[in-house]
Amino acid sequence: MNKLLTAAEAISQIHDGDRIMIGGFGLRGCPDMLVDELVASGKKGLTIISNDLGSPNQGLGKLQTNGQVKSLIGSYYNWNPEAIEAYNRGEISVTLVPQGTLAESMRAAGMGIPAYYTPASVGTELEKGKEVREFNGKKYVLEEAIHADVALIRASKADTLGNLVYSKTARNFNPVMAMAATYTIVEVDEIVEAGTLDPESIITPHIFVNAIVKRGSK
Amino acid sequence: MKEMTKEEKQARIAKNVAALIDADPSYSVINLGVGIPTQVGDYLQRKDVYVLAENGILGAGHVAVGDEIHPDLINAGRQPITEQDGCSYCDSATAFGLIRGGHINATVLGAFEVDENADVANWIIPGGKQLGVGGAMDLVSGAERVIIAMTHMSKTGTKLVKKCSLPVTSKGTVSVVVTEYAVFFFESGKLVLHKLAPELTLEELAAITDIPFAVADDLCEMVN
Repeated sequence: MNKLLTAAEAISQIHDGDRIMIGGFGLRGCPDMLVDELVASGKKGLTIISNDLGSPNQGLGKLQTNGQVKSLIGSYYNWNPEAIEAYNRGEISVTLVPQGTLAESMRAAGMGIPAYYTPASVGTELEKGKEVREFNGKKYVLEEAIHADVALIRASKADTLGNLVYSKTARNFNPVMAMAATYTIVEVDEIVEAGTLDPESIITPHIFVNAIVKRGSK
Repeated sequence: MKEMTKEEKQARIAKNVAALIDADPSYSVINLGVGIPTQVGDYLQRKDVYVLAENGILGAGHVAVGDEIHPDLINAGRQPITEQDGCSYCDSATAFGLIRGGHINATVLGAFEVDENADVANWIIPGGKQLGVGGAMDLVSGAERVIIAMTHMSKTGTKLVKKCSLPVTSKGTVSVVVTEYAVFFFESGKLVLHKLAPELTLEELAAITDIPFAVADDLCEMVN
């Protein structure tokens, strides 16, 4: 199966109203080219699941500036005042999730675990409405796996099968998002023949990757 | 009492946190939050302390300058950093697994308030300008010890309060509080003063600290 697509071909898999995970922390490890293509596609009513939303009109922030966001699920929006203002005006909904819980809920989704207990948020406003249970004298909150229709992720290198290698802290949420989505599109700097990557260096196995887009290609 | 500048306060707080870590070999892997905690790294003498940045690097080095800057290498405060010898990378789920699993000896974080019950508030001031929790709740509930590095006073009064008025980040998890005037430990649920700034008397400290505190037998002067 050929996974090598253009950005436009890959993004055409996205529909209005989809739940989309997008990798990155701050602006590092964010699939900028795929985000630009999603902006160009004009798809609307999207639920964006990500650590943060970049900055106004930068990185993921472009989706907010372009009015494509319906809901945000993520941990930190203080770098994007435009998203905060939209939330305060009631234009978008926001679900804040502790950063470690966000990552673990994605991992759980990919690993076939529907829910799990974590100590983060016990006794806080973010615990409200969630089951709390005690194990060995310590309280934990029940958190559910977070799935997505599509994940847009960034890696440094892919082989033609879709095995992925990352670069430094640009890895961040990308591997767990690849696992948690039904359809995963990766943006890479370089594509090599299958069999040429050192198998020990592969972080994301190809079964989690549906489409590969090379940066700079059209 | 001569008022310190903001920079002097921050430097003294960071130096005193670093001194605690340098003096105690049980601190081996630590996490440093943004703001004052980041400065702690500048004063650490030990080379066998590894810093976990929760965006996925165990062994975060110093802040990168000039040619050292790599576009894919930042800390959780989005500063470009270098690699410490022996560093490794991981994804966000693993980074927080290290924290949640109790494998990190301490997290050093700033705070708005710490109260009598060792509760801490450091994620949001209600009012609409902020919308984010980041890793704060995971860190304070998962790290072996929580060291709060903060100025003693806010514009409105002491930050060591009887009961947090702001939304809490976690309950009962603070181990150590370092301010520009004092180093406190929570011991068996009670606040105990271990170090005091040279320019302050115990009475003056008590006047700006709403949490009642005991005084350690070996009370000493803060690192200056």
